[in-house]
Amino acid sequence: MSEQRRYFRGSTDGKKPRCTDPLAQARGEYDLVVIGSGLAGLTAANVLGSMGHRVALLEQHYNFGGMATWFKRRGGHVFDISLHGFPVGMVKTCRRYWSSEIASRIVRLDGIRFDNPQFTFDTTFTREDFTEKLVTQFGVARSTVEAFFDYLRGLNYYDDPRDTVGDCFERFFPGRNDIHRLLLEPIAYANGSTMEDPAIAYGIVFSNFMSKGVYTFTGGTDWLIGKMKEELRKNGVELFNNVQVERITVEHGRATGVIAHGRHLRARAVLSNANIRRTILELVGPEHFGAEFVREVEAVRLNNSSTQVYIGIREGCAVPWITDLLFTSRRERFDSSALCDFHGQSRTFSFYYPKVRPGSARHAIVSSTNANWKDWASLDAASYEREKARLIEATLVELERYVPNVRSMADHVEAATPRTFEFYTQHVQGASFGTKWEGLRPSMELASHIEGLFHSGSVGIIMSGWLGAANYGVITSNKVDLFLREAARAAAGGRA
Amino acid sequence: MNREEIVIAIKDIISTIAPDEELGSLALDVRLRDQIELDSMDFLDIVMELRKRYGVQVPEEDYMQLATLQGCVEYLGPKLESKSLVLTALKV
Ligand SMILES: Cc1cc2nc3c(=O)[nH]c(=O)nc-3n(C[C@H](O)[C@H](O)[C@H](O)COP(=O)(O)OP(=O)(O)OC[C@H]3O[C@@H](n4cnc5c(N)ncnc54)[C@H](O)[C@@H]3O)c2cc1C
Repeated sequence: MSEQRRYFRGSTDGKKPRCTDPLAQARGEYDLVVIGSGLAGLTAANVLGSMGHRVALLEQHYNFGGMATWFKRRGGHVFDISLHGFPVGMVKTCRRYWSSEIASRIVRLDGIRFDNPQFTFDTTFTREDFTEKLVTQFGVARSTVEAFFDYLRGLNYYDDPRDTVGDCFERFFPGRNDIHRLLLEPIAYANGSTMEDPAIAYGIVFSNFMSKGVYTFTGGTDWLIGKMKEELRKNGVELFNNVQVERITVEHGRATGVIAHGRHLRARAVLSNANIRRTILELVGPEHFGAEFVREVEAVRLNNSSTQVYIGIREGCAVPWITDLLFTSRRERFDSSALCDFHGQSRTFSFYYPKVRPGSARHAIVSSTNANWKDWASLDAASYEREKARLIEATLVELERYVPNVRSMADHVEAATPRTFEFYTQHVQGASFGTKWEGLRPSMELASHIEGLFHSGSVGIIMSGWLGAANYGVITSNKVDLFLREAARAAAGGRA
Repeated sequence: MNREEIVIAIKDIISTIAPDEELGSLALDVRLRDQIELDSMDFLDIVMELRKRYGVQVPEEDYMQLATLQGCVEYLGPKLESKSLVLTALKV
């Protein structure tokens, strides 16, 4: 955990201590304590609350949502952090595990554009449109394109993860760096995928997007999380913010609750939505696991982090229609690891037009890049400010190619770095998309090491992103429900 | 529940999960996912509903047994024998 104390109070984040006890209303015992309110934690809490379990959700930040978050700035600016787009599957997930009202706010993006030295075009980001482009613009045989899509769609979970994205691309489109860029760049931004990652992880997410394109929420992240809190309360989930969980308690190989604010909240089961490595190595502690498992967890690689630049447009100014999502790069050739370069040449712009928040006339632009923790981690204060300023300047220069007068329209500009993401979510190294493939197993099998202890959240590439995290919340809920019912039955049997 | 009722019980669960699907003409011996759009999350929902409505546990290694309606009848028959049908969506 970082040295800095975590006090969150909007513009005074990190500076002012709290004076009230955030757990004053908490009971001493629950069926389940959920640590963290990312989309996996929220969804699991909602599903399990609706099944009748007594659930408490503890979040260290004052906002719920984890990476699915937003912030406000003076001048009426609202910035969304991770609302760039998700696959259509989110509609079903929201309808089923949240509410039809939430699901009804999901709409398809109107525009997605690529602009780089190898190609420039608009796309619907669907299998149909990609097939057309690959055949007519890139000159690939239709049968090859069909075979590629079918191969990816046919991959499943049990397939050999040694087939990498790079292998797969080389088989279908050998030597076609431009096609590799088209296929991987957007997914690399969505979940940190690289050429070295398993084709299966890439294939699942890519196929999800390709089925119907890219979707977003009308109303913004703030509306969504507000509605989710309402649902959670309806389902009896008790919500606590500003609560840093310090330990998960384990007695005789069973999870028995958590320690937070000097209190021991007891629970029959604990579900951690915190980073998987942190959950095992810090919140529980390696002493509670076998040496082999600890080695496995220590070897789990994290995904990359991010930088963002938030550009707030002055009230009364309008950004002309360009597109919703713009993948742009100045790099001549595609190189997946270069997407993380310190001050690299590739970024995405999300344009937030007033349609995003109906009733508001405001425009905002958010630029995102992938980034490596190590480039930002050890900068001293002065260098850190200098590098942030450099990031902002480079971003504005790029943006001027599309919005020439952006500097005169912007009245708030601010940058976030891997340090920002680490500070707000406590993901090790500010990881934006959890872990690489090998993080899936320890996460899925946690309960076989410590009874009653579960994990859900971005791991294994496939469980990251809004849809992946929310669905993983449901998958874990199924296990927790089974566990709690059996525990209740055993307890009843014991009394009889 | 008898065999016919088990089929109704499953269709009732599916109709809450996939409300837009036409379930009247589902064949008993063809994989469900070849007849209607059901993904792995949908199967998980079926399993969770079975537990919620009837207290029936289907461990992960048995999920394959639920691939067809016929499979459901055979696998769930003994488990549901003493339970009575719960309907939420279908009208009979
Ligand atoms: C810049 C950026 C852009 C993105 N864009 C998109 C996008 O457009 N579409 C998309 O689908 N996905 C996007 N993602 C990814 C997506 O946001 C995440 O994969 C997803 O939200 C992760 O959810 P999660 O459940 O794993 O939890 P997280 O969001 O990681 O949340 C974990 C929560 O646990 C809390 N916590 C941790 N430790 C403790 C503790 N000890 N005590 C109490 N609380 C604790 C944290 O504060 C946090 O709230 C983006 C991510 C980033 C960083």
